[in-house]
Order: sequence, then structure tokens, then C-alpha cells
Amino acid sequence: MKQLEFKILSNDRIAKGTYLMKLSGDASDCAPGRFVNLRIAGKFLRRPISVCDADAETLTLIYKVVGQGTRQMAEMGVGETLDLLTGLGNGYDTEKSGSCPLLLGGGVGVPPLYKLAKQLIAEGKTVKVILGFNSKDEVFFEKEFAALGAEVSVCTADGSYGMRGFVTDAIASVGEYTYFYTCGPEPMLRAVSAATATSGQMSFEERMGCGFGVCMGCSCETLTGYKRICRDGPIMEKEEIKWPTSR
Amino acid sequence: MADLKVTLAGLTLDNPLIPASGTFGYGYEMAELYDINLLGSFSFKGTTAAPRFGNPTPRIAETASGMLNAVGLQNPGVDRVLSDELPRLTEVFHKKVIANVGGFSVEEYAETTAKLAAHDAVGILEVNISCPNVHDGGMSFGTSAKAAEEVTRAVRRVTDKPIFMKLSPNVTDITEIARACEAGGADGISLINTLMGMRIDLARRRPLIKNRTGGLSGPAIFPVALRMVYDVYRAVKLPIIGMGGIASAEDVIEMMMAGATATQIGAMNLVDPYICRDILEKLPDVMKRYGIERLSDIIGAAH
Repeated sequence: MKQLEFKILSNDRIAKGTYLMKLSGDASDCAPGRFVNLRIAGKFLRRPISVCDADAETLTLIYKVVGQGTRQMAEMGVGETLDLLTGLGNGYDTEKSGSCPLLLGGGVGVPPLYKLAKQLIAEGKTVKVILGFNSKDEVFFEKEFAALGAEVSVCTADGSYGMRGFVTDAIASVGEYTYFYTCGPEPMLRAVSAATATSGQMSFEERMGCGFGVCMGCSCETLTGYKRICRDGPIMEKEEIKWPTSR
Repeated sequence: MADLKVTLAGLTLDNPLIPASGTFGYGYEMAELYDINLLGSFSFKGTTAAPRFGNPTPRIAETASGMLNAVGLQNPGVDRVLSDELPRLTEVFHKKVIANVGGFSVEEYAETTAKLAAHDAVGILEVNISCPNVHDGGMSFGTSAKAAEEVTRAVRRVTDKPIFMKLSPNVTDITEIARACEAGGADGISLINTLMGMRIDLARRRPLIKNRTGGLSGPAIFPVALRMVYDVYRAVKLPIIGMGGIASAEDVIEMMMAGATATQIGAMNLVDPYICRDILEKLPDVMKRYGIERLSDIIGAAH
């Protein structure tokens, strides 16, 4: 973990309620699936946001406006600075992917899969991606994934774009895959877990206090013991997840 | 040269800065950031007899100048704290540490205290009779003078090491509870734990926190904590560890002037992981500004 200052290079709306923020700063600690925790003026707790893309000098975050903190983020301008904790979370493990991994992203769960796809392709793997959104106006990053060389399918819940249905409905149409990686709302993760034939890794989210493992605010029970989503996660393996019986 | 040393019930600390229980883990996450041996001591995550997951999530919420938590004493239980966590903790922190003890019965408090007190690294036992997030225990011992005294007597019997009782602010008269702890044989008082609070999710029309209520911490509670430390200083002859929303070197000095011998920094560690180190770096300058040569001279100076 590092505490660093980043400068906003751009901050634009890319889909309904969805913004892409590009920042300059040392993003060397931002492997696929990890997250940053950013401080927003006037807010006490930091806001955890997954890394969409990063290299040594720039960091890309995609976030959805869901409350006051993210609304304030959307109003920030070019040149403003942000205080970030970087290098948080465990990140996706690409060694287990096999030759042809399948990536499934739902809504604001799509961003962390971008850097993951980039890395898997750089490792010489054939990457298939299924992106799921509620409707056409929420769709983003279809072209960006395709430009990486991934085979992309898009579905929308209302059928206004791509295939009608959820990401799990699209699995049958993508053919063989060796492993899966996913990020999205919990009901989607649960459905993906049931619908996939292989092992895989999923990214979880929870309201966090610190984001680096000291407050125990975001703990969850797994089949291998209690885990802190911020520190032992947010990526967990399909086989270790203990789905809540009621929620 | 500014003298930052303070003495708590016979234990001399290099400075009065102590990360509060539950905001610093077992030290090793923070030790990745800086040398935590700079700190006076630290109070590690509250320990109970049996392992606990705590409350269902979400158990964290934002508030104005603070936060609510309803973690509910998650910890691996005293036996695993002794076998797994303390050996790792002592690798990164070489001074005496404060063991925070939680419980659900008088017997459990005594049993857990006895086990933790036997560890060489433990310099002070901080007995938490004020957790607002657990049912049938925790705070119920800290909101009755009789129960507070009973727990104090029970833990007193099992160790000669200093015992600090950690009090709840969720009471009508905190001085009554402090006096009961003094009568029970406590060596000091830690205060305050969090204030009971709530937030509601407007869209769902339900409390944000699954446990409904949570404990409020952060700068929002500093004046409340300060007032209670001031009152308890007048009510008992015991040393006080003051805490509640401390966020700066000035806050540390203010808390000491109210009557605290040492201070704990809590919620601020979660949002600013370098806060304790930064406060320590700034203390000598702030002391100089207010004409303080020896920090221990200002304990209770506001009275």
C-alpha cells in the first residue's frame, strides 16, 4: 500500500451515470483486480474504486454515481488532485487461466476486467468477454475490449442492445473456455458461479472502513475461514465462497 | 528538546500516542507503512474467549466528520490470538502492547484477561465494557455501576498487571461508572468508546447498517470525549487514556489538558494510515508554540 497524490487528466461521462477518470501519478502498484481508496473533500471515509487500467504513470478508474461521494467525484475537474491509497487488495491470479479464459462483467463490475484482459492477452491467451448491462444507454467499453483482441459479447437485461438477458444467458454462445474471471453485483456472481463449468475467480465488494485490513469492517465468511474483502480479497476463488443463505 | 514521555500506571511510554483497538489490527499491516515502534504503545484488536465473526455486513457507514461501525468484536479468540497473532505482532512491535479484552460474562472477562496477561509483551490490560455492537454483553457491563465494579474485581483478581477499564459514553453519568471501576481496583480508565448512532438508506428505507445501530467515531465525537475525560479526571484519582476523534497534535494536547495521561487515536487511522506518525512529528512544534517543555506537565492543566 502507498499513499500518493494523483492529478486528474480527464473526467468524462461515458455512459448513463458512468464516468471515466484518468489520473497521472505512480500507478505501479495497480495490478488487475486491485483497487484504490480515494479521499473526497468533506467526506470522512475513503471511497474504494477498482483499477480499470494502469501503467507506471497513469491510472484509469471507471465509477458509477451512486451516492454523494461519487457525485462529488463526477464534478471534479481536470488538474484537481486526489489523495489515493494504491496497491490495495489481492488482484486476479492469471496463472490459473488456462489457454482460453472467459471474463464476465456486469455493469460497474466491467472495469477491473479491462486490465485483466490486457494482461491475459499479453500472456498469449485467447480471451472471451461477456459484458452485461441493464440497457443500451449504460453500455461502455465494448470497443475497448475488442481493440485489445478479445472476443466480445454484449447483453442487456432489457434487450435494447446486444443479446437480451444476463451474462449467464450468453455463456452457452461463447463456446469452450478453460477458466473464468468475473466482477459484478452479488446476485450475478452467484449466478455465474452456478452457470460456469470451470473454476474461476470473482471480485466482491462491501462497504469498507479502511480498505487495508485493519478495521474488519468488510469481513465475510468463506469455506476457508473469515476473510477481509479489502485485504484477503476482493478476488476469491469460486470453490471457497460461502453464499449467504438469506440477504 | 521536548520531553514526550508519560507514565501510565507505572509503565513509561516514549510518547502518549497509542492507536486504538480495532483501528490498527495486530500492527503488521501498519508496519508495512512505517516503523510503528515510534509509537508509545498500541491497543490491539479486542479479544474474546471464543472466536467471533461479529455482525453481518454492511457494518460500516459514513457520517458527518466520522463513521459508524458495527463490527461486533470480530477476532479469532484468545487462544489463536496468543498462538498466531501475538508472535506476528511482537516481530513488528517491540514495546509493551495493550491487550483489549471483550466479554459476555464476568467469568469470560476474567478468563480472557488471565490468558492475555500471562504474555510478556502485554503491558496493560484494557477491559472493554463498552462495545455497543454486541448483544447480551459488552456495553451492558459498562452502563451499570454495579456490573462495572463486578467485572473490574474479577479481572483484578487474575493479574497484577495494570488494568484500564474502557468506558462507554452511552450513560447518564460516566463519573459514576468510573468511580465504580476505581472501587473495584482498576489502575486506570480508558474513555470513550463509540456513541450509539444510526443512518438510514433513503432508497431502501432501512437502516444502512445491517445491525441497525452502530458506534459513532471520528472527529465528530471529540468534544463529547473531551468533556467526559474532563469530568472523569475530577471524579477519580486514576490515570486516564483519553480517546474519541483525535485527529491532530493539538487534539492530543487538548485531551491531555482535560486530564488524559495518554491518548488513543482511532477512526483517523482508517482514513489516514500515517496519522499517528504525522501527529508524533508535529507534537514538538505544537508543544513549543504553547510553551510546553514536558508533555506530562499539562495533564489536567485545564482544571
